[in-house]
Amino acid sequence: MSDARTDILAAVKAATPGTDDEARQRLADHRAGVIPARGRLGDKARVDLFIREAERVNATVARASSMAGVPREVARFLAKNNLPMNLKIAPDISGKTIPWTEQTLLSVEEGRADGSETAGVSRAFAGVAETGTLVLLSGPGNPTTLSFLPPTHVVVVAASEIAGDYEQIWGRLRAENADEESEAGARFMPRNVNWITGPSRTADIEQTLLLGAHGPQRLHIVIVDE
Amino acid sequence: MESTAGTFKENAKQALADAKLRDALAKLSDGFPVKRRDAAARLPEFDDLCDQAKAIKEHVLENLGFYLEAFEARVTEAGGTVHWCRSAAEARTTILRICKQAGAKTVTKSKSMISEEIAINEHLETHDVEPVETDLGEYIIQLRHEPPSHIIAPAIHLTKDQIADTFREKHSHLDAARNLEEPETLLEEARGELRRKFIAADVGLTGANMLVAETGSIVLVTNEGNADLTYSLPKTHIAIASLEKIVPTLEDATTILRVLARSATGQDMSVYTTFCTGPKRAQDLDGPEDFHVVLLDNGRTKMLGTEFHDMLRCIRCGACLNHCPIYKAVGGHAYGWVYSGPMGAVLIPNLIGLDEAHHLPNASTLCGKCEEVCPMRIPLPRMLRSWRKKQFEQEKTSFVSRTALKAWAALARRPWLYRLAVAAPIAVLALLGREKGRFRWLPLGGGWTSLRDMPAPEGGTFISRWHKERQP
Repeated sequence: MSDARTDILAAVKAATPGTDDEARQRLADHRAGVIPARGRLGDKARVDLFIREAERVNATVARASSMAGVPREVARFLAKNNLPMNLKIAPDISGKTIPWTEQTLLSVEEGRADGSETAGVSRAFAGVAETGTLVLLSGPGNPTTLSFLPPTHVVVVAASEIAGDYEQIWGRLRAENADEESEAGARFMPRNVNWITGPSRTADIEQTLLLGAHGPQRLHIVIVDE
Repeated sequence: MESTAGTFKENAKQALADAKLRDALAKLSDGFPVKRRDAAARLPEFDDLCDQAKAIKEHVLENLGFYLEAFEARVTEAGGTVHWCRSAAEARTTILRICKQAGAKTVTKSKSMISEEIAINEHLETHDVEPVETDLGEYIIQLRHEPPSHIIAPAIHLTKDQIADTFREKHSHLDAARNLEEPETLLEEARGELRRKFIAADVGLTGANMLVAETGSIVLVTNEGNADLTYSLPKTHIAIASLEKIVPTLEDATTILRVLARSATGQDMSVYTTFCTGPKRAQDLDGPEDFHVVLLDNGRTKMLGTEFHDMLRCIRCGACLNHCPIYKAVGGHAYGWVYSGPMGAVLIPNLIGLDEAHHLPNASTLCGKCEEVCPMRIPLPRMLRSWRKKQFEQEKTSFVSRTALKAWAALARRPWLYRLAVAAPIAVLALLGREKGRFRWLPLGGGWTSLRDMPAPEGGTFISRWHKERQP
């Protein structure tokens, strides 16, 4: 018996007419398709659209004038929702970038989540105005579990990182990790690229919309304007 | 899973008599179809995106071999492993082997139709590995030992009372007197039960909505976040996907994502869209140490180049189910196998054979709504007709229907004979029905008249009246 890989590829190639050249070119070009016009806006309108779309999918949004203002916004959000003042934060936004200790009510720990946390804080790579989507990259400074285990997820994103459409984010990712790009293909991808559009939800029981199925029930976005 | 497609007619009769199922399905018409329409209307480029999504998959199918090899190379480069499997049995063996190597006792699973197709749960159970479905709908039906009845809403056939009864029976360690009336309490209970399982699992088994050849990434789309807990907590992540799930680039995946959720649930984008590439990186604080992709054929390569080739564009959004009058009447279980609705009626005979699934292509009024709402523009009615034609050619239809069809064909090909044959009965019916203008009963017409009256002809055939009207 020949092996499965050989068999499958032989069957596929016998049935398909394509010449590899066209496909190889397509991978190299990674050309964008139709990009909806709605994200094509000036800076202010683009951030406004992002906020509108994020709120439409049940996220809450606050703005801070600088990174230094983030702890105050987060503390305000937790107090308003009567939530514990404990945070598990991504190493990327540790005390070096954000002065958490200035908010004395907040108790802040760094690291990945293990399920015991009440709120996680992540740093987004980007926002997408088109659908109010956050883009998060996994890495030593940004553990994925922070986005999914705690019932409250706070995400910090800079206004300047909010793009109109997803394609711009792929472009940025390719460019910023270009030195890691191998000749053959793509090493610019981290283990996980997470697009997050609102808090977790399900409609599996009689099509009734419920928030907080397995992931967080609350998604709070802090946009930093500096 | 064991097929009951062969008894579709009996299944459908039972389904139609099931009042609870009717209640559950009644909610479908006001739900997904309305939301889909609104979402499409909110995006002026929606139709253009569908055209492009279709073109992407057409291109992929023409170059499938190249893209599969490219995908495999990228996965390997990123530190993962691709396992090629010709059949369901090979995929089951492969997955069990990986689980055993990982020393797995529990496997958490996020929703995957392919895992239903290969019946992995039963296989793991018989080898002492506990599979735990984590999508809320899948979890509910796993407790009930039922297959999914909808590709994106697996428990759509159930009412909340039925779910409450199931939880009361299966979660017997909880207070029997607890209140389970509201969907919120049901969700909270399931979330609590599953949280423990997520943390304890040794292997996470997910499906994949797409495979990106450019980067070797798998794409996972969920609203609950269960897939993300499934891959990020255990040491091993296995993704199972059929080989037509390939797309060339991240940009191509993006185009398809723009039409997927809109067509499925009417969301602009599902809550969680995740691109997983390889295992965790050395410095990462979380994520799986091992990453495997199980690439399944199971009948797909045989569809390439046939009249069912276009079916391989399907992205499993479920729009054709949500808009199908037959699906909305009988639900998914009547179809008797993993898939259902128009896409199921086309796909199932391809995967398990026309002998077993011969009723399914006939479970359609050919109203065309499925093709109209399909974001990948799959000509489902044409393919249903292809199956019907095959049935006729292979003499799999009944003697009565074959004879009737032959008689009809003989008449339809000879207009003079046709006119002669219809003129006399119409004259008789017009005469008999001239007082009431309708018939409550007709010989050989019981199927029609048991539910409604047959209007009486007003005299003359259309053609004879046409000729008369045109006389000066």
